[in-house]
Amino acid sequence: MTQLTMTVNGKAVSGDVEGRTLLVNFLRDTLRLTGTHVGCDTSQCGACVVHVNGQAVKACTMLALEAEGAEVATIEGQADADGSLNAIQQAFQDHHGLQCGFCTPGMVMSAAALLKENPKPTEAEVRDYLEGNICRCTGYHNIVKAIMAASGQDVGAIAAE
Amino acid sequence: MYAFDFEKPGSIADAVAALKDEDAQALGGGQTLIPTLKQRLAMPSKLVSLTGISEMQGVCRGDDGAVCVGGATPHAVVAAEAGDYPALAALAAGIGDPAVRNRGTIGGSLANNDPAACYPAAALASAATIVTDHREIAADDYFQGMFTTALDEGEIVTEVRFPVPEKAAYMKFEQPASRFALVGVFVAKFADGVRVAVTGASEEGVFRWTEAEQALSGDFSAAALDGLSVPADGMIGDLHGSGAYRAHLVVVMTKRAVEAAA
Repeated sequence: MTQLTMTVNGKAVSGDVEGRTLLVNFLRDTLRLTGTHVGCDTSQCGACVVHVNGQAVKACTMLALEAEGAEVATIEGQADADGSLNAIQQAFQDHHGLQCGFCTPGMVMSAAALLKENPKPTEAEVRDYLEGNICRCTGYHNIVKAIMAASGQDVGAIAAE
Repeated sequence: MYAFDFEKPGSIADAVAALKDEDAQALGGGQTLIPTLKQRLAMPSKLVSLTGISEMQGVCRGDDGAVCVGGATPHAVVAAEAGDYPALAALAAGIGDPAVRNRGTIGGSLANNDPAACYPAAALASAATIVTDHREIAADDYFQGMFTTALDEGEIVTEVRFPVPEKAAYMKFEQPASRFALVGVFVAKFADGVRVAVTGASEEGVFRWTEAEQALSGDFSAAALDGLSVPADGMIGDLHGSGAYRAHLVVVMTKRAVEAAA
């Protein structure tokens, strides 16, 4: 076992891990931050997306020890300080961007990464960026709409009928 | 996964030393190796991460004009910083998805030499030089068949040097489920001739289509490829497409790449 230290959602954390421990297991099992999900476990589905030093990564396909000293952000840290939903989360609620909710943490974290590098994406850019996030309920329409709305753009034109 | 030790050296020299252990395995971004370990298709006793070696990170321009990419540079960084070689930057921007591009590295891709990977096509078509911890290998000598390269045990790809062509483009026909290249063609036009590299198609991995190179060196237009064909023998056939289908796609994608580059 090796002692691992990092910052998660602004808080210093540490724990003992094995070489083979995945980042997602450290977050879920050691820190009990179970909002980050494991869907496919093969880096296809994106339910496990978190940010490491500001970049979206699939936490099921990164060893925990690779994040030694890193700043990690998970879905648990996305709400505002008073507990209210952030703009992306609120838009997912307002536009019904989820059904079962399993993929939602990864969708929100990918959306946050997208809007940081591209604050006003086109619909095509949103769809392209979500290539590695799979939803088996909604067909993506309302997810894309929610992200467009969260970026402050008018989504009337892409409303689903 | 089987249990293994983990090391993250800070220099190439330390990484080479760590890889001298029997059954030690270099780890790039892990986007292929970690899924492989999960399936227990590999069981190294020790993983040596190359992501903490600063001298293997980033994109720069060499004295000879070549675009030099550190072996541990993630695809997203190449996409953002290889603007001096736009076709290379575009290729990097099309690998996997954004989260995969933030981890996966050029050295990992080239060391693995997946027959459907994108980077081997860029390296071979550009006549790149693969720089390792102790030698330089020409791309023409480097790729030796599916998942096979000229690398020795424990040898690390530290840098890849891409001569910049006058014109170039990479066109990928994506396998619709995995988004890997069903067929990908990289065309590069240099002052002294054209090079065409094909990935995804052959059972031998990436290869040069020399007949097309000759035709395009005389006349760099899609029409110059009219009448040329690639034999279906030796092409990958699977549920996504037969060998004949892939052979047909090689011609189609080469034409599209020439049109995109022109």
